Amino acid sequence: MEYLTNFFLPSAESTYAYRVDALFHFINIVSLILLVGITIAIIYFAIKYRRKSQEDTTPVITHNTALEVTWTVIPLILILIVFGWGFKDYVEYRTPPANAYEVYVTAYSFGWDFEYPNGVVSPNELIVPVNTPIRLIMRARDNDVLHSFFVPQFRLKQDLIPNRFTYAWFEAKREGEFVYFCTEYCGAGHSIMSGLVKVKSQADFDEWMEGELGRDLDAMPLAELGRLAYTRHGCQGCHSIDGSRLVGPTFQGLYMAERQFTDGTSRIADEEYLIESILYPQRVVNVGYPNNMPAIYQQTLSERELAGLIEFIKELQ
Amino acid sequence: MEQAAINANRLKVRYFDIEEDPQEHYLNAEKGLKSWLLTVDHKRIGLMYLASVILFFFVGGVLAIVLRTELFTPTENLMNADQYNRIFTLHGAIMVFLFIIPSIPAALGNFLLPIMLGAKDVAFPRLNLASFYIYSIGAVFALVSLAVNPIDTGWTFYTPYSVQTGSAVILITMGVFIMGFSSILTGMNFIVTVHKLRAPGLTWGKLPLFIWAMYATSIIQVLATPVLAITLALLIMERAMGIGIFDPALGGDPVLYQHFFWFYSHPAVYIMIVPAFGVISEVIGTFSRKTVFGYWAIAMSSLAIAFIGSLVWGHHMFVSGQSELSTVVFSFLTFFVGIPTGIKIFNWLATMHKGSIDMKTPMLYAMIFLFLFTIGGVTGIMLGAISVNVHLHDTYYVVAHFHYVMMGGTVMAFLAGLHFWWPKMTGKMYSEFWGRISAVIIFIGFNVTFLPQFIMGSQGMPRRYFNYIEQFQSMHQLSTIGSYMLGVGFLIIGVYLLHSLFKGEKATSNPFGARTLDWMTSSPPAHHNFNYTPVVYHGPYDYHKPISEFTIGIAGSDEHHGHEEVKKTEKAEA
Repeated sequence: MEYLTNFFLPSAESTYAYRVDALFHFINIVSLILLVGITIAIIYFAIKYRRKSQEDTTPVITHNTALEVTWTVIPLILILIVFGWGFKDYVEYRTPPANAYEVYVTAYSFGWDFEYPNGVVSPNELIVPVNTPIRLIMRARDNDVLHSFFVPQFRLKQDLIPNRFTYAWFEAKREGEFVYFCTEYCGAGHSIMSGLVKVKSQADFDEWMEGELGRDLDAMPLAELGRLAYTRHGCQGCHSIDGSRLVGPTFQGLYMAERQFTDGTSRIADEEYLIESILYPQRVVNVGYPNNMPAIYQQTLSERELAGLIEFIKELQ
Repeated sequence: MEQAAINANRLKVRYFDIEEDPQEHYLNAEKGLKSWLLTVDHKRIGLMYLASVILFFFVGGVLAIVLRTELFTPTENLMNADQYNRIFTLHGAIMVFLFIIPSIPAALGNFLLPIMLGAKDVAFPRLNLASFYIYSIGAVFALVSLAVNPIDTGWTFYTPYSVQTGSAVILITMGVFIMGFSSILTGMNFIVTVHKLRAPGLTWGKLPLFIWAMYATSIIQVLATPVLAITLALLIMERAMGIGIFDPALGGDPVLYQHFFWFYSHPAVYIMIVPAFGVISEVIGTFSRKTVFGYWAIAMSSLAIAFIGSLVWGHHMFVSGQSELSTVVFSFLTFFVGIPTGIKIFNWLATMHKGSIDMKTPMLYAMIFLFLFTIGGVTGIMLGAISVNVHLHDTYYVVAHFHYVMMGGTVMAFLAGLHFWWPKMTGKMYSEFWGRISAVIIFIGFNVTFLPQFIMGSQGMPRRYFNYIEQFQSMHQLSTIGSYMLGVGFLIIGVYLLHSLFKGEKATSNPFGARTLDWMTSSPPAHHNFNYTPVVYHGPYDYHKPISEFTIGIAGSDEHHGHEEVKKTEKAEA
């Protein structure tokens, strides 16, 4: 049974997951019985009643009320059970405990920000304490598109919309790392818009939080700040730092390389070019890449972060 | 309708012989390209639709195989993410709007509906030709968008992505918008034809079940398609003029778009599957040579599905942010579609019971349909359960589910129907041997392709993913191999059907011993369908009565199958 469960479903790691799995198995078993019955009937009839001669005659059976009532009422009872069961669990899924720890989630093309009540922001990694109900208050960035937060091992999924908040909650049962995905199609970077939920013990979580709070961004060296900005502002969604090709050009070896543009011109990627490409991404577009970088970084990057990013890119030779 | 029956009783009728190997038929009644392009003959229009949908099925199928090849490895191997997104969108849009919606209703329906009713043509033959050209214009828009800047939004055109993307959204939505009118006009044409052009004696209780299915489909087409047209028109306005309707950046609401879109597109899946039910009823009845069990239950369940199916669109949106109350109500209603669908499956099984089952290719496909469609149905119940849906929504489980319903259901029924009526349409027999071989290949290939998708979906593999994590690779590879098998199966069908066109054995007028009117004329049928005015006396599945009793026509109506004639005779008899 456990082997079968693991074959069909990822391990259940939240309180809610077990309830979903029970219904999943129930429907599967009933369906299997039904399917096997129907398949046997098809095969048995096809053999037993195969045409023996072209003169075969068959009985005239137009209907059979008792039989028809039976195969209407039994499925009716089954679907009412399935509905009630799914409904009951859904109520639980939509009702977070009052003491839930709240995390604000912002999705954008192509990345995630998880913001804690004390102002700490964790880009692309949701770090939460174990055995604690977590309530997610979620929204897609303004002017962005729909996204959806999906953690298979928690059986959790909720769309994020730019103009309103949506909610979800979960309580992880075990420490560990669990992958999350974006499951609402959002463009070229859709399938790389994933990351990890890290479930830590309360002590480890508190320690991590202390470390985040104690960090002085103004005193941080520029290149290090740039590395932080690279994940925090979602650059990693489209630009790799190891030379691999994602949605946009890689940052590795970008500094001082000659770039070819779709309008036929070319240019050396110096500091001036890098800053212009970040702030005004539509001005020139690299050959072979889509023109879909958001023009939002004028508002979202600080002067120091911008300088940090340039230093960070310069180091990636 | 009693009136018709009484009139039929008073008509002077006699038995007619069906001409075998006719020298003159609808294919050679008129010659030249112009006679095809300007034809108002429903049979020729049906064939033109058939050629178009097969062409688009081929294009959509090639795209599918390209997609599966890309997914053979977890990362890029054939194309980049941008190209992948365009190709999966085109695969979906072409298969849904250009192939599966018109497949059975427009191609087989056009050819068969008037013949099964004993009519010379549909009620509005010119409108019928116009529908075909509207469909063609829509298809041209879709093809032009393909050439200009293929769309990358997914076939659902969800806002705000579809408002913001740089691809040619307006062109293809215009195409779909235009094709919608073709669908509405065909539906209306069929409704009127069923009401007004039934042969004398053909009461509602004697309609072949294919007609009932087409009738239910036509009602959905007429009622639901305008909503799609309005939605796409609003989307075009938003994109072209910046009017805020669905895009939050302009003050609109993306969830509203989803409501509008699914208000059409959920009933649309019944536009796709209900005609398939009709085909299956005909095929199972004929090849079991037995009265179809529960005639009224099957006929009425088609209408029930059309009705309930119009009230369940919100089940596509359980995690979209719609209210909890809507989610619960939509889940509750969704399950009720399962009841009439289950009734149909049990009725078909009961029809086979004590029948005389001939395992020819169409019957083989009908049995494949029963198996695959049952899987599609029960996984639909799974997806209807709210708590489980939260986990499975937008994963490969959903992809597998709708392929089991749409391909395992509709396409298998389409193949059953194509083989079943091939002799009638072309006058040639297909190769029974190769027919069975390819049916088995397609059955195996289909399951190898889509069963793994259920498993990786419930494991958490999201749909519309260009890259995936390595855990899913073996399932994806199995699925890709299955898709190649499917490709081979369809190629074999293409080859032997083409071969039969040129070198096939001549078909008799009723090679499978069916009892409906479409078999009471020559193969291929005469220019105006019948060489006599048919009168219906027996039921469509009265297999206990000899075939010779089914070719009743109005005495003295040879060569003139016209309505004035009927009136005159009726008057004379009254």
